[in-house]
Amino acid sequence: MKPKLGLLRALLAGAVLLTGFMRFASGSMWATQAKQKSALSPQEGQSVRAFAAMATVLTSPRCLNCHIPGDAPLHGDEGKPHKELNIKRGPDGRGTPAMRCANCHQSENSMALHAPPGAPNWQLPPPSMRMAWQGLSTGDLCRTLKDPAKNGNMTLPQLYKHLEEHPLVLWAWNPGPGRSIPPLSHEQFMVKVKEWMDNGAACAE
Amino acid sequence: MPETKVLVNGEQRTTDLDPRTPLLWVLRDTWNLTGTKFGCGIGQCGACTVILDGDAVRSCLTPLSRAAGKQVTTIEGLSRDRSHPVQRAWLVEQVPQCGYCQSGQIMAATVLLSRIPQPTDEDINDAMTGNLCRCGTYDRIRRAIHRAAELSAAEARKP
Repeated sequence: MKPKLGLLRALLAGAVLLTGFMRFASGSMWATQAKQKSALSPQEGQSVRAFAAMATVLTSPRCLNCHIPGDAPLHGDEGKPHKELNIKRGPDGRGTPAMRCANCHQSENSMALHAPPGAPNWQLPPPSMRMAWQGLSTGDLCRTLKDPAKNGNMTLPQLYKHLEEHPLVLWAWNPGPGRSIPPLSHEQFMVKVKEWMDNGAACAE
Repeated sequence: MPETKVLVNGEQRTTDLDPRTPLLWVLRDTWNLTGTKFGCGIGQCGACTVILDGDAVRSCLTPLSRAAGKQVTTIEGLSRDRSHPVQRAWLVEQVPQCGYCQSGQIMAATVLLSRIPQPTDEDINDAMTGNLCRCGTYDRIRRAIHRAAELSAAEARKP
């Protein structure tokens, strides 16, 4: 009987200690988060609000359809998988050997009705850096976008230039018939990008 | 209109057509290379596939301007005597039924084999998925691609 009672006591003591630790850890975590929330300066708050506006563009179908974690791009405003032709990302993000993106997607939108849209170097991000933000919270999207390990090795100035000039980014505002454009104009979007960066490129929790 | 020069099947060709004209129409109507077929006109079927600087492009969507100064290979230019391994394999396996899609299929298969000389079934499915065949000759196409790979390898082994 005694050994069993000893084991029971030891288990009970362990449970009490574990509960205490979890409460401490949890309390500590909440305290840290609360501190972070209250510690946001007005400038950082402005930055976070600017990013929230940016996110409405970044999560529009024109961006989201290719910034995906999987291997099949999406298309249309409904974000349907491009599976009618079994399109795949391929080893470099430009498709598989005889199904390269640019085999159909030209350097500009096609004049033919229902034909594929086009922009120079039509592609997905490569599998080595998927730059995927489908399903991310606004805060996680923000952190992903400014992390060089996840954004294509770009610094913030390079990211600004990418968003300002890259033909595939600009295509989002000229997607051809039957495709919606992002909710902000490109000019409005860049104002928000600048505001986000100038105020510290802060991210929401 | 400005003159556009394209190296088609090894021959320099010139046209003053609008550079926005689909390459398919220039090949068929201007240069009389009618082996390349019109299918859907929107890049969904692959019947119009030609090789542009090594890529299996859909000529119905490709503007003439994209081909300017580049090399285009059509079914007529694959070989002069049907001796290309893909053509030989197609004959051995008796692939075509109605034949309408086959020039596009052969050009896509040629590009696949140029990139992956010994493709798996999955490689073939991935590469050929954009070339439709209403007769359903897909099994024979897959067999012919494997055979073409063998023929090419055998040729490479010849002293």
